[in-house]
Amino acid sequence: MIWLEKRAAPSRFWTVVTPLLAVALTMLAGGVLFAALGKDPVAAIRTIFWDPLFNAQFASYSRPQLLVKAGPLILIATGLALGFRAGVWNIGAEGQYIVGALCGAGVGLAFYPLEAWYVFPLMVLAGGLGGWAWAMIPALLKTRFRTNEILVSLLLVYVAEQFLASMSLGLMRNPEGGGFPGSRNLQQYPSAANPELISGTGLHWGVVVAFVALIMAYILLHRHILGFQIRLAGQSPRAARFAGVNANRLVVFCLGVSGALAGLAGLFEVSGPAGQVNIDFNQGYGFTAIIVAFLGRLHPVGILFAGLLMALTYIGGELAQFMLQIPAAAIQAFQGMLLFFLLGVDVLTNYRVRIGIRETA
Amino acid sequence: MTALLKVEGLAKAYPGVVANDDVSFDIAEGEIHALLGENGAGKSTLVKMIYGLVRPDSGRMVLRGQPYTPAEPRAARAAGVAMVFQHFSLFDALNVAENVALGMENPPPMGHLAERIRAVSEAYGLPLSPERLVGDLSAGERQRVEIVRCLLQDPRLLIMDEPTSVLTPQEVEILFATLRTLAAEGTAILYISHKLEEIRRLCDRATILRRGRVVDSCNPREKSAAQLAEMMVGAKLSVPRRAASAPGEVMLEVAKLSLPSVNPFGTSLRGISFIVHRGEILGIGGVAGNGQDELLSALSGEAIASAGTIRLFGQPIGALGPGARRRIAVLSAPEERLGHAAAPDMSLTENALLTAAIRQGLAERGFLKWPAARAFAQKVIETFDVRTPGPGNVARSLSGGNLQKFVIGREVLQKPEVLVVNQPTWGVDAAAAASIRQALLDLAESGAAVVVISQDLDELMEISDRFAALNEGRLTPARPSRGLTLEEIGLMMGGAHDMEVPHAVG
Repeated sequence: MIWLEKRAAPSRFWTVVTPLLAVALTMLAGGVLFAALGKDPVAAIRTIFWDPLFNAQFASYSRPQLLVKAGPLILIATGLALGFRAGVWNIGAEGQYIVGALCGAGVGLAFYPLEAWYVFPLMVLAGGLGGWAWAMIPALLKTRFRTNEILVSLLLVYVAEQFLASMSLGLMRNPEGGGFPGSRNLQQYPSAANPELISGTGLHWGVVVAFVALIMAYILLHRHILGFQIRLAGQSPRAARFAGVNANRLVVFCLGVSGALAGLAGLFEVSGPAGQVNIDFNQGYGFTAIIVAFLGRLHPVGILFAGLLMALTYIGGELAQFMLQIPAAAIQAFQGMLLFFLLGVDVLTNYRVRIGIRETA
Repeated sequence: MTALLKVEGLAKAYPGVVANDDVSFDIAEGEIHALLGENGAGKSTLVKMIYGLVRPDSGRMVLRGQPYTPAEPRAARAAGVAMVFQHFSLFDALNVAENVALGMENPPPMGHLAERIRAVSEAYGLPLSPERLVGDLSAGERQRVEIVRCLLQDPRLLIMDEPTSVLTPQEVEILFATLRTLAAEGTAILYISHKLEEIRRLCDRATILRRGRVVDSCNPREKSAAQLAEMMVGAKLSVPRRAASAPGEVMLEVAKLSLPSVNPFGTSLRGISFIVHRGEILGIGGVAGNGQDELLSALSGEAIASAGTIRLFGQPIGALGPGARRRIAVLSAPEERLGHAAAPDMSLTENALLTAAIRQGLAERGFLKWPAARAFAQKVIETFDVRTPGPGNVARSLSGGNLQKFVIGREVLQKPEVLVVNQPTWGVDAAAAASIRQALLDLAESGAAVVVISQDLDELMEISDRFAALNEGRLTPARPSRGLTLEEIGLMMGGAHDMEVPHAVG
């Protein structure tokens, strides 16, 4: 018989090893999935994890994409991780991402065609504020009326998507776009563009901000009393109250920060890689960032690696669709497996597996 | 007397700890046998093996001349062994008879069962009506449900695990009368406790466990409580002594404090008033669940009251939160160590930070000074003899007693003006309890006002200057502890109604 025995203290070894184990298990199960679809599992895994970085034919395009995709994931996941540490569950980063992009792009489009140094900084500010404001809705409803922030923030994603569609087709539509949906291309408006900073790297302002946010989050969590309170509130709410932590203020802070960072991610995306506000602007970064946050153990350093890994599966997944005709849904299932296995093997951190005769007590 | 149960060389090891090692003893029919030992001495493991909850690694048991190897509690019950646990397993929403029926293999029809419950409860002087909802019963009455459930099975051996911890003195008397009646009829009783006076009054024989081994056995009536305690601990206890002193100025004043409970199952505080002087220890007794947690929350600042109801040196502080109260040296230590006084998965350093950040200056402009926090945790560990490899260990890796020493030490070392503690020695072994009490006495001696909320009356009598009791959220006027009799205390605790000791035994 197999049973679990609670460890006296969480195992440091397994805290580090479980994400790697989860990745390995995902490759195995994903291989089985691809084999069941009639594809060569080894080739599929290699296409996802190896070719984007090292295949001579694709790497020159794929490598810069790594930072382009990892930037928003890391930026959003960093904010989410703060909340998750505190037990504040912002599931609606996707919505805050959209609203941030709309607000930021809105400011840029309002200034068009003025060329001035302050346009882009104002857009950044508007993007952050937009995401923050969207996240304040679940925050205020929770602190005032005890609503569940998971439901409210998630449902607001769908509101934001409708908002995005309406903007793409209405107010923000490019007047010179020949009736097609979508705004002007901000990449072609120098004062509002978020360009590639070093050619061939994929590095843009959003990536820079993501790294800064990671460092700030690390300092906050490990060196500042607020970070201590965040961790305390997440681990034992009652002890946090005893320590004098104001739970409502923490909810507002965590949702606010994660909303603002998601909003910034949206702004940098719309003014950079995406270029324009359009119906299909959001690609699920806000949801994938939840996986990134957990895969990275809600720790800034972990999130850095997890963000890069998830970005790789995105790029590799596209490559696999293109090269091996693996359906997009299978790639999404593959990414979902990663979170599934991570949560599954997570039990090893706090429990020891025993095999043998079980005590009745 | 013939041996009813013989235990020979029983051993049980868990990973990293030997719970029982070569334990042998026997219980005669009609004997009330005490199992005495500190927390972690192996009492629970031993009775769990007897009751079939845990399988021994080696050794054997003989019940009435037959080899006895219960694979599960059901087998133990069938062999005539019954057990009343410290924590009851009753359903609040069901009545007494239904609860009893749930614990039986083949319950008779309800009407018939109610009849039998009434008969048994009368025969053994345990007033209990089968129709009442368990949710409405007091702790003492709930325990009676558990006992009656056992008695309906006609046990030859009844195991009682810390039965008096939830009872008022009057309820204890009723229980003891019942147990003596049972013993007189030939039922053996295995009585687990660490309350020495009770064991001396009730038990015929005591087996003393220390670190999983039987170290001694004796007739507890022939020993003093101090001798029993020494056998249990294996070292002389330093009993705290209260030096009498004149009361100082009034420090903490609580006036007409009323606070509705946040928790629907909690107790609301109603018009609580008391004062504590400099250098004084106020003991607050009462049966658990009568507002102890709520009173601590109101005093710690976790629950905000109206400003004027709590005053420090005449200044209203009732509306201040926990941080603001710490700033003015009003500190507290709640009952629940893991999850309230300390965060289980955080290190002792982080747990030191939990309440000491403000007073010890462990943060500067919000930035944490980890070395200072570590040094403070280390100081608590050393000063209060907390047994742990170091401040980097997580709180839940410590034993209850050691964590409690850490929690109390953390507050005491912050030099409080007022310290409020709830159940400071609950579940703590005798040696640790003695050192915690001594720390509280020393603190009062040094000029602090101390409020000790506890269910342990012996403890309160030992260390408090004045005593008051909580009953359904109300506090009795405080009276000097010296000279209070058990009867008076019982009346203060409000356990007097419907608790008469039955005289006639049918």
